[in-house]
Amino acid sequence: MSALRPLPRWADILLLPLINLVLAFVVSGLVVLAIGQNPLAALEAIVGGAFGNGYNIGYTLYYSTNFIFTGLAVAVAAHAGLFNIGGNGQAYIAGLGVILVVLPLQFLPWWVTFPIAVVAGAAVGGLWAFIPGWLQAKRGSHVVITTIMFNFIAAAIMVYMVVNVLKPAGVLAPESAMIAAEGRMPKFGTFIPWFKNTDVNFTLLLALACLVGAYVLIWHTRFGYQMRALGHNPTASTYAGISNSRTIMIVMTLSGALAGMVAVNQIVGVQYRLVLDYVADAGFVGIAVALMGRNHPVGILFAALLFGALYQGGNELQYVIPGLSKEMVVVIQALVILFTGAMEGMFRPGLQRAFMLFGGSAARREA
Amino acid sequence: MDLALVLSTLDATIRLSTPLLLASLAGLYSERSGVFDIGLEGKMLMAAFAAGAAAAVFDSVWIGLFAGIMVSLATAGLQGAAAITLKGNQLIAGVAINMLAAGLTTFLGIQWFAQGGRTPQLAAGERFTEITLPFADELQGIPVIGQIYHDLISGHNLLVYIAFLAVPITWFVLYRTRFGLRLRAVGENPKAVDTAGISVIRLRYQAVLITGLLCGFAGAFFSIAQGSGFGNNMTAGKGFIALAALIFAKWKPVPVMLTCLLFGFLDALQIRLQGQSILGVQIPVQAIQALPYVLTVVLLAGFIGKAVGPKAGGVPYTKER
Repeated sequence: MSALRPLPRWADILLLPLINLVLAFVVSGLVVLAIGQNPLAALEAIVGGAFGNGYNIGYTLYYSTNFIFTGLAVAVAAHAGLFNIGGNGQAYIAGLGVILVVLPLQFLPWWVTFPIAVVAGAAVGGLWAFIPGWLQAKRGSHVVITTIMFNFIAAAIMVYMVVNVLKPAGVLAPESAMIAAEGRMPKFGTFIPWFKNTDVNFTLLLALACLVGAYVLIWHTRFGYQMRALGHNPTASTYAGISNSRTIMIVMTLSGALAGMVAVNQIVGVQYRLVLDYVADAGFVGIAVALMGRNHPVGILFAALLFGALYQGGNELQYVIPGLSKEMVVVIQALVILFTGAMEGMFRPGLQRAFMLFGGSAARREA
Repeated sequence: MDLALVLSTLDATIRLSTPLLLASLAGLYSERSGVFDIGLEGKMLMAAFAAGAAAAVFDSVWIGLFAGIMVSLATAGLQGAAAITLKGNQLIAGVAINMLAAGLTTFLGIQWFAQGGRTPQLAAGERFTEITLPFADELQGIPVIGQIYHDLISGHNLLVYIAFLAVPITWFVLYRTRFGLRLRAVGENPKAVDTAGISVIRLRYQAVLITGLLCGFAGAFFSIAQGSGFGNNMTAGKGFIALAALIFAKWKPVPVMLTCLLFGFLDALQIRLQGQSILGVQIPVQAIQALPYVLTVVLLAGFIGKAVGPKAGGVPYTKER
């Protein structure tokens, strides 16, 4: 290869994602312009819808909670060189574990049921990712294909379980019984009236704890070192005495357990029952969040806030500008994934050249 | 079960396996050239929307088909640019394409037609209708053979025949032409192909564009042949069943057809079995719906045979190292 020097760290983790994000916004703006709407008005509506008042911010934080979990799920696997595309299925099926332990315990106070729900969600979500991990480690099946298939298998199981097993007699809608008030995670609005009755609840604190936990795990534990070694060079990690198959299985289980926390947030914190398709593609948003956040917990926090804001803003968009639907956010998100994940080669070489020309002393000292 | 019931189930099988077959063959070209494609679903969805929209606006099924193919080709080109020229992650490119299609088709559909994402209902001349093959009606009286000819082989729309015609064509292209030899080689050992003085990049772009072409047909099938107009998320995961079929068939054209027929049959069966029981046992339809995915996982894991993809799949080609 030509002698392009790697980018300075700040450019790699800040400038490049930012350029890609701006580009995604510009392209989406052009789409809005092409259909005869004002992209700046749309942006204003999204920002207002996401941050306008306590109500808006509450919902932004609610979406962010889910996206932190799914973003971390993708990132943890990515550090070990695995692409877990099955966050959706893992988050979905984890709901089964959560509802099955929470319903019998629903009259206990929430601080008793919540930890149990977390364990149950992590166990079932983890199991749903462990199987693809095991198949990759022991049987050599590609984890991407297996997790895609598992998303669909999970969807089929959940429809069956909700309609045939969990739905109480006399209820028409396909959903489980409601959890009693005692077992519900309190919402922020209960303590801080500013948030009104929005869906943001104390599961957000669990999400923040997971961010810290992931940071410690990845960079400050022996196992974190093993998984990064595997991600960088599987052959080298084998020679270093690391069991790659063991690492793959543990990492996938952790990844699935993190995705499973979405079920805890949705069931114990927001909807208080199991409904169909409650994940609402949060698993796929996690891919964008992890790519945008460069697989680092701090980056994921900001990326999850960004996408939380986009989703909440997108919901409000359709009320502010009739005709512009919330799917615009999905377009922006797809473009972010495309530019940051798949078309990285578009800007990196140019940026590297620019830094070599104008970068000055820092780059030269390194060389 | 009498013959009429069997024939109508098999008839539904052929109809339901058509989009799977087109998409699966589409994926075959791309993956055989060494470019993983999990974006079949997205390209089909784009094509379905474009075909439905164009057929409604221009009152012509042919313009609809043309628009579907063009949009699918453009999407494939974008995916190719990311995966081949920019050497990006092919899997992530596929995810992005799927998401882009899901967002864009709904967004534009709501904006343009104001029917909650659906395109206007198509009239008879704006969609592909059933073709009665020659002598089908005359031969109907002949028991079994005449009935099979009339009910099963005749009476499908054009795209069904194109799909099944694409199987021998793909076989011939892959195993009997110079292009096919190079295509298979570039998926296994691009360096060797490059050393022989053939452009890896060019070959892969050709393969990806053929993928786009066939996904265009597959998408058009949903909105202007099977249905009469586009509806939200119309492809409903069929692109992933097609991907499963491709893997299940070990990336070979004739097995792809057989697998798609099997998966199509499961789909037809699942529709027929809604709420019915066999031998007193009620089989949940979800179990049959999940069967293609379960079978693929089991096969991939090597419990029944072994599916090994093209060796160079997923790796962008870099000339100098």
